[in-house]
Amino acid sequence: MKIVVCIKQVPDTEATVEIDPETKTLKREGVESITNPFDEFAVEEGLLTKEKYGGEVHVLTMGPPQAKDVLKNAYAVGADYVYLISDRAFAGADTWATAYTLAGAIKKIGDFDLVICGMEATDGNTAQVGPGIATQLNIPQLTYVDKVTEIDPENKKIKVERLLENGKEIVEAKLPALITVVKDINEPRLPSLFGIKKAAKLDIPTWTADDLPVDKDKLGLKGSPTEVIKVFPPEVRTGGEILEGDIDEVTSTLVDKLMDLKVIK
Amino acid sequence: MADIKVLTDECTGCGTCVDTCPFGAITLENDVAVIGDKCTYCGACVEVCPVEAIVLTKDEKPVQADISDYKDVWVFIEHERGKISNVSFELLGVGRKLADDLGCQLCGMLMGYNVEDFAKEAIAYGAEKVYYIDDPVLKEYRTEPYSRGAINLIRKYKPEIVIYGATTQGRDFAGNVATTLYTGLTADCTGLDIDPETKLLRQTRPAFGGNIMATILCPRTRPQMSTVRPKVMPMPKKDDSRTGEIIRETLGMTEEEVRTKVLDFIKTEQKVNLVDADIIVSGGRGLGKPENFKVIRELADVLGAAVGASRATVDAGWIPYEHQVGQTGKTVRPIVYIACGISGAIQHLAGMKTSDVIVAINKDPDAPIFKVATYGIVGDLFQVVPALTEKFKKRLGK
Repeated sequence: MKIVVCIKQVPDTEATVEIDPETKTLKREGVESITNPFDEFAVEEGLLTKEKYGGEVHVLTMGPPQAKDVLKNAYAVGADYVYLISDRAFAGADTWATAYTLAGAIKKIGDFDLVICGMEATDGNTAQVGPGIATQLNIPQLTYVDKVTEIDPENKKIKVERLLENGKEIVEAKLPALITVVKDINEPRLPSLFGIKKAAKLDIPTWTADDLPVDKDKLGLKGSPTEVIKVFPPEVRTGGEILEGDIDEVTSTLVDKLMDLKVIK
Repeated sequence: MADIKVLTDECTGCGTCVDTCPFGAITLENDVAVIGDKCTYCGACVEVCPVEAIVLTKDEKPVQADISDYKDVWVFIEHERGKISNVSFELLGVGRKLADDLGCQLCGMLMGYNVEDFAKEAIAYGAEKVYYIDDPVLKEYRTEPYSRGAINLIRKYKPEIVIYGATTQGRDFAGNVATTLYTGLTADCTGLDIDPETKLLRQTRPAFGGNIMATILCPRTRPQMSTVRPKVMPMPKKDDSRTGEIIRETLGMTEEEVRTKVLDFIKTEQKVNLVDADIIVSGGRGLGKPENFKVIRELADVLGAAVGASRATVDAGWIPYEHQVGQTGKTVRPIVYIACGISGAIQHLAGMKTSDVIVAINKDPDAPIFKVATYGIVGDLFQVVPALTEKFKKRLGK
């Protein structure tokens, strides 16, 4: 099994961007970058798949040079190969151009059986890049996967459970395929000290636009069909009323207030 | 390639751009703004610079299609387990407004097997036409045949706008459609309107867990496409006397061509699903142990509410993941959200802070959840929640 995992570097969710109430601008002091939380499950699923069925795990990310950090983490937990896809020509890519670029990199890796992505990234929250990559590669996609039940490498088949709004769907697809995974799928392992040391010494290969089988007009801002015209803070929600009194009083007041909404029947 | 530069002579080093940049790409060096590699050319800094010291040049885009023949607003009529998803009706409501502003027709796009009644229902909710593909291959939702059907219909009839629910279904295949058609798709929108001058669709959505909002256009390619969050747009009125046209098309894809097969579906044990729920009662670490979710469930049952949970309780194995609300769980928008024993970590707030009314019950008066709560009760949830359950029971005659 040749497994490719796509990951993204995002601002730390513990200290994610906030609005300064006075200036109404974004506060970013002390915001560290981390691996997108969903992508940690994707990397772990890649490693588990390799451990069960054999093969190799390739991890790639597209981003500025500092995105190497997330590749080092992936290498430290056990990825066999990591790649940084980085070029100023990729900057400003929307989900279309991002999926196109990543698909180009996956084609260059070549001969893959399974592509794994996180369900979405915690910065953009679009969930569109996974399906975009599958379409560019012309392979079937299985999104919102919370369990890989079975892989049959001989007959090139994968069976998974997808977590939907009203239940779980059991689906089978032909390989090669792309899956996007939710949090419930596994528990990501921590790197060993040896892994961290090994990763620290790693020289990470960087692929630029020239290295990929892509049409340069379809990259970055230039290749993106969408355009962000305005970024602004949301309306700040302020705290309301703290109900005062003993248990009987506060609960009675709350029941009255909620009944007034006419939604409780 | 696009280019952005700081006019160093003009820059006063005020730092406004540093604070504004959603990507943390700007730093101050020797009192002059320096734009680094994380820049995505979004232009947020250009707008806020008080002395116009940042210049963004965007080059001519090759992504350019002939967009003149495209007209009408389409809504994807999603159905699951034998009924149309509510979000599709909500989209017909906002679609009506967009179509009226553009002076065009509102149409439904429906795929399935023996679901002609759904076409009539879409008409009752405001569609003037429904494009309908009926085929056994479409009996259960699968990405490939649904994408193929949508792509064929869009290529043939050229809608100007297509909107989908931001559900697992809509988010699953709209990305395929957009990729194949080489057009834009804006995810999880919470606002859609037409720019009166350019007649372009303005798509507004939250990003960074709801900490910023972005307005996005798809100026050069068609259709302009969005997925829209459930429960954001108001439900329109149904009128069974409305009439409309149903246009049938064929799928042109055989079962053999589809590379996936649905083997089974296991319905959740939850009575109400979180995304559709008008009322949610959620429990957090304050419950102390898994058995104590009982007090949450009892209140939820009386209210006809869904049961939510914080990440901490899910990670501790107290309750299944499908209940998790927040950044790595579900984003919900009920009319009433009751948070019991939840402190209100930023990741939890990201998933529920656009609820209409938030109630917080927590014994710690400094818990961050009170900063977003419409009504707060500082107290022991094991006294407050059962008291609420009893009072609602009485009031509702249950």
